[in-house]
Amino acid sequence: MADISDQPRETFRISMLLYDARYRSMTIQVVAAMLIMLFLAQLVDNTVTNLAALGKDISFSFLGSTAGYDINQQLIPFTSQDTHARAALVGILNTLLVAVLGCILATIIGVFAGVLRLSSNWLVARVMTVYVECMRNTPLLIWILIVFAVMTEATPQPRDFQEGGTASMILWDSVAISNRGVFMPLPIWGEGSGIVVAIFILSIIGIFVLRYVARKRQEDTGQQLPVLPLSLALFILPVTLAFFALGRPISLDYPVLGGFNFQGGLQVRNSFIALWLALSLYTSAFIAEIVRSGILAVSKGQTEAAFALGMQPNRTMQLIILPQALRVIIPPLISQFLNLTKNSSLALAVGYMDARSTLGGITVNQTGRELEGILLLGIFYLITSLIISSAMNFYNSGVKLKER
Amino acid sequence: MTKTVFIGALAVAGLTAGIASAQTLNDVQERGTLRCGSNEGLAGFAAPDANGNWEGFDVALCRAIAAAVLGDGQAVEFVPLTSQTRFTALAAGEVDVLVRNSTWTFTRDTDLALDFPAINYYDGQGFMVPRALGVSSATELDGATVCIQTGTTTELNLADYFRANGLNYEPVPVATNAEGQQQYLAGACDVYTTDISGLAATRATFEAPGDHVILPEVVSKEPLGPAVRHGDNDWGDIVRWTTHALIAAEEYGVTQANVAELAAAPTDNPEVNRLLGTEGELGAMIGLSADWAVQAISVGGNYGEIFEANIGESTAVGLARGLNAQWTEGGLMYGGPFR
Repeated sequence: MADISDQPRETFRISMLLYDARYRSMTIQVVAAMLIMLFLAQLVDNTVTNLAALGKDISFSFLGSTAGYDINQQLIPFTSQDTHARAALVGILNTLLVAVLGCILATIIGVFAGVLRLSSNWLVARVMTVYVECMRNTPLLIWILIVFAVMTEATPQPRDFQEGGTASMILWDSVAISNRGVFMPLPIWGEGSGIVVAIFILSIIGIFVLRYVARKRQEDTGQQLPVLPLSLALFILPVTLAFFALGRPISLDYPVLGGFNFQGGLQVRNSFIALWLALSLYTSAFIAEIVRSGILAVSKGQTEAAFALGMQPNRTMQLIILPQALRVIIPPLISQFLNLTKNSSLALAVGYMDARSTLGGITVNQTGRELEGILLLGIFYLITSLIISSAMNFYNSGVKLKER
Repeated sequence: MTKTVFIGALAVAGLTAGIASAQTLNDVQERGTLRCGSNEGLAGFAAPDANGNWEGFDVALCRAIAAAVLGDGQAVEFVPLTSQTRFTALAAGEVDVLVRNSTWTFTRDTDLALDFPAINYYDGQGFMVPRALGVSSATELDGATVCIQTGTTTELNLADYFRANGLNYEPVPVATNAEGQQQYLAGACDVYTTDISGLAATRATFEAPGDHVILPEVVSKEPLGPAVRHGDNDWGDIVRWTTHALIAAEEYGVTQANVAELAAAPTDNPEVNRLLGTEGELGAMIGLSADWAVQAISVGGNYGEIFEANIGESTAVGLARGLNAQWTEGGLMYGGPFR
């Protein structure tokens, strides 16, 4: 003990902040933090000063004033007399619609393309390689414009669907593909339709219960149930029976040519189709590569072991390879979903009224509130991305390797 | 790292400081060229010709301003802007003046912090439809699909007009006139709407202009003119009086052909003398040389000559003078008194 107290007491000198390894990193961090804060303060101050010099203030009151413009695709009712805030909401919903549908389609195409690229069939594998490379190595905007150009230039006008016209509707006169979009029947939910929907949901739940029971039975007794025929029967029969028993409560509203355009039915606009398809195809090429890398990351020994146990190739893929590959696939997949969502702001190119076109486009332009509008738009994309990211991370924590 | 951040901050500060100082005239003279925000391509108003030279009614005004300020009508850098980006570009100082079929409105003049020093074309919004549709009035357009340039006053007028008349329509937003033209010709919309001058200019470029009619309804007032940033009044004065010089020149019979001769020696008309700088010191009052108006008129002639050469009845666009005739002939063009 004595020799410790004999040591000379260390005094703190200013120079130690720079030359003493214990303090140096702290010093650097403090200085860097101060510089960053200075930079941010300068940025904010500059913005405020220059806005003042231009005679502009920062105000979000424009959100409450009348928008004055119309929006073609509305998931919630909107007229030109509604506020800019509601116009922004319409745009946000349109963005979310194309993002969600885009992520689903991109994942489906991407998984197929990725698996098929590894096919032992030379032609299939090469076709998929060409697909992936063509999509990945050309700008997304070009694909959006190509799909849009095909949809508007190569399809007939609604006028051509008249009696004696050059075009006709497909699928028993129910669907019209025109240069203004695809017109298809819209279900009308009559009285009692809620019961049919409830029965449909119940039968879906039933299918999952059936699958669980079948697996349990196989584990316990080794006997397999005919899951597919039973599921199909559950899927179709109860709903059909209920539908007819309740006197057909759900009817279809067919699009009919009237006046300038088709009336009734559901119009899926070309701008939406172009954006949705192009985003999905483009992102699917990246997802295909992620899926391929995920599958290749699973050791070949796993496949050989499965084959040695007598498993068939598709069951090997389904039960052995993909569950392990998912651990590699999910993290980069998150960034592809984020990319797709953010890339949907290219909607402007084809006049799809997403958040960028309403809030960040027309509203900003009509009110002159560039800074506020773009700020809100940035916050929206940030929040959306963070939600997608955390949801996918939650899923990832479910499939990742449990380390104990 | 921290060093580059600091330098970056300095650079940002320097850039924005440049915008804040409101001396557009000095900037233009130092640079030696005028940056003019123009349409990205509208036949007759602003479009590059086969050799890449910009020409048109709005372009001629830019050249006149450049000539008045710099003595050279070619010293213009044209910056094509879409209807959505134009005001932001002007406010940010990317262009010195915006001559792009822009409508002077209350909100733009006040809340957007812009100034519209002069009007060079009195217009109104109209509708163009294919003749084959058999439509003769805008009131028959119930249920029609309408192509519309976003970020314009026409977008708001369209909503107002259809709502006021109880008509339904489906808007198809397009970013540029070229895109709208392509959509309209492909039949993706039944109707194309914009200012009537724009419709006429667009129709002039069609293969068969006769197959399309402009409906008789004029649904709005669209006074179009050059726009500048609010707050730099000296620069606004230059743009205003250059435009007025062109208009007044037509009234007094000063043309591209005789302007040099009239400016050589004082004439009998004192107003012409003051305009052309042979009498008084009007040029000095706005910080320009005495022959500023002579320079401006020499480039493309007076207002009437510019109109006839680019969009007049002898051109493909084929617009009548109408409201844009001189006040002495029943129009609204009224050059301010030069004294």
